[in-house]
Amino acid sequence: MTEYILEMRNISKEFPGVKALTDVNFQVEKGEIHCLVGENGAGKSTLMKVLSGVYPYGTYTGDIVYNGNVQQFKEINDSVAIGIGIIYQELALFPDLTVYENIFAGNEVRKGPVIDWNKTIRQSSELLQKVKLRVTPETLIKDLGVGKQQLVEIAKALSKDVQLLILDEPTAALNEDDSENLLNLLKELKAQGISCIMISHKLKEVIEIADKATVLRDGKTICTLDAKKGEITETRIIKNMVGREIEDIYPKRSHPENDEVVLSLENWTAYDAQLGRNVVKNANISLKKGEIIGIAGLMGSGRTELALSIFGNPKKYKVSGEMKLFGESKTLKHTSEAIKERIAYVTEDRKGDGLFLLQDIKSNISAAHLKGIAPKGVLNLNEEVKVGARYKDSLYIKASSLEQVVGKLSGGNQQKVSLGKWLFTGPKILILDEPTRGIDVGAKFEIYTIMNQLISEGLSIIMISSELGEVLGMSDRVYVMAEGEIKGELTSEQATQEAIMELATQ
Amino acid sequence: MNLLTEARTIVKQNIRDYGMYIALVVILLTFAVLSDGLFLSSRNVSNMLDSAGYIAVLAVGMTLVIVIRHIDLSVGFAAGFLGAIAALFLTNMGVSVWITIPVVLIFGIMIGLFNGFLVAKIGIPSFVATLAAMLIFRGALLEATGASGTIVINNDAFNAIGTGFIPSIAEVGGLHLLTLLVGLAGILFYIYSELTNRKDKQKYGFDVMSFPMFVAKLLFVSAIIGYVVWILAGYNGLSWTVVIVLLVVVVYHFLSSKTVLGRHIYAVGSNPEAAHLSGINVQKITLFVFGSMGFLAALSGILFTARLQSATTTAGTLFELDAIAAAYVGGVSSAGGVGKVTGAIVGAVVMAALSNGMNLLGVGASYQYMIRGGVLAAAVIFDVMTRRQRA
Repeated sequence: MTEYILEMRNISKEFPGVKALTDVNFQVEKGEIHCLVGENGAGKSTLMKVLSGVYPYGTYTGDIVYNGNVQQFKEINDSVAIGIGIIYQELALFPDLTVYENIFAGNEVRKGPVIDWNKTIRQSSELLQKVKLRVTPETLIKDLGVGKQQLVEIAKALSKDVQLLILDEPTAALNEDDSENLLNLLKELKAQGISCIMISHKLKEVIEIADKATVLRDGKTICTLDAKKGEITETRIIKNMVGREIEDIYPKRSHPENDEVVLSLENWTAYDAQLGRNVVKNANISLKKGEIIGIAGLMGSGRTELALSIFGNPKKYKVSGEMKLFGESKTLKHTSEAIKERIAYVTEDRKGDGLFLLQDIKSNISAAHLKGIAPKGVLNLNEEVKVGARYKDSLYIKASSLEQVVGKLSGGNQQKVSLGKWLFTGPKILILDEPTRGIDVGAKFEIYTIMNQLISEGLSIIMISSELGEVLGMSDRVYVMAEGEIKGELTSEQATQEAIMELATQ
Repeated sequence: MNLLTEARTIVKQNIRDYGMYIALVVILLTFAVLSDGLFLSSRNVSNMLDSAGYIAVLAVGMTLVIVIRHIDLSVGFAAGFLGAIAALFLTNMGVSVWITIPVVLIFGIMIGLFNGFLVAKIGIPSFVATLAAMLIFRGALLEATGASGTIVINNDAFNAIGTGFIPSIAEVGGLHLLTLLVGLAGILFYIYSELTNRKDKQKYGFDVMSFPMFVAKLLFVSAIIGYVVWILAGYNGLSWTVVIVLLVVVVYHFLSSKTVLGRHIYAVGSNPEAAHLSGINVQKITLFVFGSMGFLAALSGILFTARLQSATTTAGTLFELDAIAAAYVGGVSSAGGVGKVTGAIVGAVVMAALSNGMNLLGVGASYQYMIRGGVLAAAVIFDVMTRRQRA
């Protein structure tokens, strides 16, 4: 009989308004590398957070069985104590501390009441050897590249006697050499008996390394593929990842019949000085009047960066290439200039950089276009209420009053307030970044209907989305991005879930 | 809906704002009772308001600084230093008072803009930048007053700003006539603006307070204005300090609540990233707020120097912390985006009333500090609790 180090049985997890996981079953054998694949939002990260105790026992239903015993984690330390180590996509290292301080952070080697630094350093060098990282323990984290930082994270996990190592997209930010190194290291750890769960979007890696691969979709386990049986192939994984029937929530609309290009980018490149790399590389795109173009791609593929570089470049990227707006070449230096050019950008992170959560609905809606309620610089507060009421009705915002604080609204209603704020600026080009993330189906349908309404009024929309169904259901054309590049352009006839996934996972 | 339930819902909806006014009234009445009415005598109220003036104007500026999530520690000694500059202008250099005051105010704006530049353009944390400025102005103040330690000002026009009263025209039954007229004008203006406001709202078809409630509110506020004016008229009338503070409040209240600029300030405070993405120039707003703080520091320096009729080496000591305390008592939130100019004034009056009242009762300095600290903590606790309830 096979011996499982981990069995997750019938795990369900709900967030307000969203069912993130439904009866997920997931088993990992001792000493295997098990990949977890699925689209963004399929529930992979949520599942791992349940496993590591980020969501404590009681906030989910189902059982976690580890080495034959049912576990009830109250906090992350409980899972660490029995040998589960998780390495998140966003590394959790202290950049200004040394490698050895980082490895033993929170797990300090003590001698009586004080830290035994000598022992710490000696153990650190042993661990560094284990992960094949050739740097001295005294090196500062910020002086290491991302690939090496990743190895430090693994060393940190090993210092806690990890039996089951979880990696959330470990190679997403790595170049090919570093990725290769990391994968080899995982194989070696496997030989030493350490089991490993790896979340990955790069199917080639999955094929190379996985003993088993479990596919999640919409918070449900779809299947577990076994390498020994030759089941782990690209077509098979993709088919299972996207196999959902596209629900008919995308209202019908006809394609535009004109060739008036409102926005075009040529050889558009954006360099991020902080990251030290190009976040957008040589992009060429065009947008016609009355058209919705979808920008598909996985998280971190440069889609948001592309949008920001168009929208007045608030992150101060070094931008090269040419942008034409309504046929004229333009350089936009501030978001206010972009707004003047009738571009609007509804951000991905509505709570973080989209809305003023402590302010009420009406002042959020007027925030980007105060001129509209204050022609001479003095606010007409009554006019503001009128404007707010107009958008509350036309966008079906459900709230007790316009004075309601936006932070208290549901995700879908927040999204509509965000949309209302930008529609009030009177845009001709509307960029929607993940317009329906984290909102329920009913609100989604309303937003799609609004989008079609706007198109019929002559707006053009750039829709960035990780949801393939939405991209296929709403777009006239689709650009697929990966690693900052436009990997392909698909007409609505050519665009299928498989075709998009293939370009996105290159 | 009957009048009482309507009043109750209105109070409930605005519990934070009204709570502050209620606290002020409770403090005033407590002291009045404990001092056998002496506390609310004309002379004492007049004194108390004058002593609150130079902190009140600082608190107004500080509120906006805190609203945009910054702090300005330099304002105390900047005020002291600028007061000394005014004194030097008026005495040693013999500059006319009509030139001195605008020049000192412009100096204030420049100082503020420099702080703003360090914070907004260079990106130095405001705490550190203004701490450095505070040390510099402390030194500059010592240097400016260095020779004698105190610069006595004999310019009556200047000193009137801190100690003088508006002319009386005539006495009516022992009351200061012009003060009464100003008060009446104030009440009429208040009623007029409330009426137009109400009419405007009705024109838009919005809900307004029921008419009896509206009348009750008008009567209530008018009575309060009338009472304060009547008390002041019983002594020397309105002081120039109070007139200046009222002007500052009116201008800043209008600016912060009725203009695009004001909205931008609150937007930057609530969420700087969202503000930037909404086309707001965050750096410009930061510069403006610090510039205005510098202007008000200069004004505060002028008020204080005129009140003492001299510049001293210790002028401005701890003003910044008094202003910050007043702003917090007035309901500003360090999380940003929340806080009203009117709140800052009430906060400043609360703190001044506490000092004044306790002095009157002969409470020792040690207890005074403890009680003021307690009130500050209580105000912020109340703030956090009411906000949590709403969120």
